[in-house]
Amino acid sequence: MSSEQTPVETSSVDHFVQQKYRHGFVTDIESETVPPGLNEDVVRWISARKEEPQWLLDWRLKAYALWLEMKQPDWAHLNIEPIDLQAISFFSAPKSDKDRPQSLDEVDPKLLETYDKLGVPLHERARLAGVAVDAVFDSVSVGTTFREELKKAGVIFCSFSEAVKDHPELVRKYLGTVVPTRDNYFAALNSAVFSDGSFVFVPKGVRCPMELSTYFRINAAETGQFERTLIIVEDSGHVSYLEGCTAPMRDENQLHAAVVELVALEDAEIKYSTVQNWYPGDENGVGGIYNFVTKRGDCRGDRSKISWTQVETGSAITWKYPSCVLRGERSVGEFYSVALTNNYQQADTGTKMIHIGKNTRSKIISKGISAGRGQNAYRGLVRISKKAENARNYTQCDSMLIGKGCGAHTFPYIEVGNPSAKVEHEATTSRIGEDQLFYCLQRGISEEDAVSMIVDGFCKQVFRELPMEFAVEAKALLEVSLEGAVG
Amino acid sequence: MDTNKLMLKIRNLHATVGGKEILKGIDLEVAAGEVHAIMGPNGSGKSTLGNVIAGREGYEVTQGEVLYKGKDILAMEPEERACEGLFLAFQYPVEIPGVNNTYFLRAALNAQRKYRGEPELDSMQFLKLVREKLEILHISDDLLHRAVNEGFSGGEKKRNEIFQMAVLEPFLAILDETDSGLDIDALRLVAEGVNRLRGEDRAIIVVTHYQRLLDHIIPDKVHVLSDGKIVASGGADLALKLEDQGYTWLEQGGIQALNVELRA
Repeated sequence: MSSEQTPVETSSVDHFVQQKYRHGFVTDIESETVPPGLNEDVVRWISARKEEPQWLLDWRLKAYALWLEMKQPDWAHLNIEPIDLQAISFFSAPKSDKDRPQSLDEVDPKLLETYDKLGVPLHERARLAGVAVDAVFDSVSVGTTFREELKKAGVIFCSFSEAVKDHPELVRKYLGTVVPTRDNYFAALNSAVFSDGSFVFVPKGVRCPMELSTYFRINAAETGQFERTLIIVEDSGHVSYLEGCTAPMRDENQLHAAVVELVALEDAEIKYSTVQNWYPGDENGVGGIYNFVTKRGDCRGDRSKISWTQVETGSAITWKYPSCVLRGERSVGEFYSVALTNNYQQADTGTKMIHIGKNTRSKIISKGISAGRGQNAYRGLVRISKKAENARNYTQCDSMLIGKGCGAHTFPYIEVGNPSAKVEHEATTSRIGEDQLFYCLQRGISEEDAVSMIVDGFCKQVFRELPMEFAVEAKALLEVSLEGAVG
Repeated sequence: MDTNKLMLKIRNLHATVGGKEILKGIDLEVAAGEVHAIMGPNGSGKSTLGNVIAGREGYEVTQGEVLYKGKDILAMEPEERACEGLFLAFQYPVEIPGVNNTYFLRAALNAQRKYRGEPELDSMQFLKLVREKLEILHISDDLLHRAVNEGFSGGEKKRNEIFQMAVLEPFLAILDETDSGLDIDALRLVAEGVNRLRGEDRAIIVVTHYQRLLDHIIPDKVHVLSDGKIVASGGADLALKLEDQGYTWLEQGGIQALNVELRA
């Protein structure tokens, strides 16, 4: 069995470390990171360094106090080594340009080879590989063009920190209203120590003139391990937001605990797409990112719609349930997911659809792919509350197994409190059939191409929800992630 | 036989499936331009023969050799055999959900062209080729827009196999019980398709349980397979004889009688 990404990641990290020494650059640790461990002082330090207002510090401290009372959840179908929070540093500022490779020539060729396979555009490779951005292209001018166009439309799109400074009233009004600080262990932790993230505000009647992806992908700062994102779309507004990247991202932080909150008011629509490809650990299950994410959308207004699409191929552990609270009448929630686990990766992912308003509808399409010794669990809750007259849910949950050492698990929870509800659940599990493979081989198609073709077909329903260019990348990503999984 | 025209030569082929010997010494020669029918009762090894030649996993050759255009085909990977021009029309074509039929077939054709050192066809060129073939076979282009065999009726699946064969233009095609599960109209359509693909450079082996397909595809030679061996070979009339007498007749000593008759 072989994995392309694994040696790439480790050796690239080594490479960067070595480079740092070669250039003789010494980091002033005191000013860039806090010492490992978590206590109230650390929370205060983070808030102070970010020059936050008092109300936000208070909010963080309250979250911290709540977190102290909580325990790490253990109900997921995950086998997790205990996480030593006292060994983790809870804040590190983005690397300065001096600390980075100055051009692609200084980047590990293996990493570049992976980018090549994925078809990552040239200018993006530089950013992904951590090359000092200004050495490659003028990010300021690109960013400025987009910013101006968005500004003309009235859309606010900036980092969370900027939003706290420039639009405190909006942040204060919506922060924590979808995912309360007390929601769960990881959400509370994030609330106490979140680093940065994105903020989007689309005012009444505005259709965001572009996918908020291009700009984000070429211009975002390193997001850090405790990302916080807040997206608000007012009445009849519309936005499509794309997070993440298909190319393997370098990150030395093992624990990631992000929180994403979406608010859709009357007739508003939010489409949130994610491609997650964090370092999954090596082929023996050593290393890799632990990804504990709380994502939730609130369809607060009538006829609003929130749609989650995710392609999850990275991380050693994925714990993630993007959810919709369907509060408004006739509001719609959707969840489309592809989760792939290879080698020793583990994923416990799914969604929650909470029907509160009348005539609310939700749709769940989940595709789990397990290869190697990967363990893949779908966990989904559909709750129809008492008042949700005529609520509808359709769930389709398919699992595909590649090889004999992996596993697929399905944990659907359905709670119906109103007799007019209609809830449908379909589930299938299939193994990439020897007969399917042979059929392709007999037509002259190689085994590797056959596997990616079959997997791609399996995921089609989800891929077609992604923005076009991203669907192409997602397909390539699955191919690379599955290299050597068969045979 | 003219060795230049010899497409397939099987000598003393023994094969096991799951440790059980199914083929017990097959000898067979098929020349380009010929259509051979292999008939036999259930369990006689008909499908095994096709799968062994195509290289399916789990079918183990224990003795003998299979030469395809003079090459040792057993030493090749299944996809190599396909690229060399060997085609197996499946008895039960599998469904591949979400994979478009046209996309699949283009991937197959281009893999084969690449193998032969020919330029790959772009989608426009491919579409043109496909339309020509559909017309020849009288198949509706509705087939093109659907996923590979997904939700196809039995007849549609078999027609799709013949359509793939028409596009891939193999030198040797083995049709594994292509008639099974077809009503008479579908059978006729499939048979017509096969007949259009007969040609000087192509050999076709029709594996079937029933004679009825051979009313429409007239074979040059007929072989009777029983318990892993070819027990009788003859012309098209042998199939009629079998139909008349039934397979049980084989087991009751009919073979001796038949062979005497053939020799006479």
